[in-house]
Amino acid sequence: MSRPKPEPVQVVKERRDRALKTLVGGIPYVQFLGIQFDRRGDELTAVLPFDEKLIGNPFLPAIHGGVTSAFLEITAMIELSWSSLWEDMEKGTLDPRALDESHMPRLPKTIDFTVDYLRSGLPRDAYARARVNRSGRRYASVHVEAWQDNRSRLFAQATGHFLIPGKDPRP
Amino acid sequence: MTDPATDPTAAQRFIEAIPHSKALGMRLEAIGDGKAVISMPYDERFIGDPSTGVIAGGAVSALMDTCCGAAVMSFPGARGTATLDLRIDYMRAAKPGQRITARAECYHATRTVAFVRATAHDEDETLPVASASGAFTMQSVTKEGEA
Repeated sequence: MSRPKPEPVQVVKERRDRALKTLVGGIPYVQFLGIQFDRRGDELTAVLPFDEKLIGNPFLPAIHGGVTSAFLEITAMIELSWSSLWEDMEKGTLDPRALDESHMPRLPKTIDFTVDYLRSGLPRDAYARARVNRSGRRYASVHVEAWQDNRSRLFAQATGHFLIPGKDPRP
Repeated sequence: MTDPATDPTAAQRFIEAIPHSKALGMRLEAIGDGKAVISMPYDERFIGDPSTGVIAGGAVSALMDTCCGAAVMSFPGARGTATLDLRIDYMRAAKPGQRITARAECYHATRTVAFVRATAHDEDETLPVASASGAFTMQSVTKEGEA
């Protein structure tokens, strides 16, 4: 009895980072807002670096409520896509080298999204993490939390429902 | 409602004062008496799904949030507002290439809270792209201790 030799860590990392980069890099609106994703194993943290164009109230100043909402929605949607990509990569049914902009799994569609604004968004970087509470064959429910300086002082949270695309690749 | 066509500078100032609304190219079409109409052009930078070219839900929600906030600000006696919660239902994908227009109405307000609903359409007005409902804080001129 001998176990197969584990893959070198760089190979595993490169595969996972490539899949994430292809998933996120292909979405123009993510680039427009400047959102980045930090990966630790399968855990993603979305980062929204502060920028003048994100301001909604110049007198406070505060981040636009629509930016907060968009940031949360993108984080929820990417988490949902990523969790299914991750599963397929780990099972070996998906090779990220075969992924490019024209061969990506289709993105989930938002059905509804409810944002709870807890504090005004300060003119600083913001972070968000999402959790898939339920993911069936067709529908998924995702919760997402965002904070700035302190992880325990959320400035917004949201719950959204998504329609999960079929397994066939994008047309 | 005030027609911004008769006072385009005031309408433009409203949008110019909000950096993110300006970044999204929003245009104030009408405002007054607790109602607002704001539109946003199609722009490839706002695409959420590259395989279809459909605008990101987040951009539509930014438009809805701005429009709801503007409706509250135009409610008689309102002085300031912030979003408490906002729910958006996405009924269908907006057609790529078409302008999106949001209409919001502040249908009830107390001295402290404003209730708002909104819809968004592309150039087809028969079925909305999205609808929204939310609660906003209301800083009104009649607040105690203030003029």
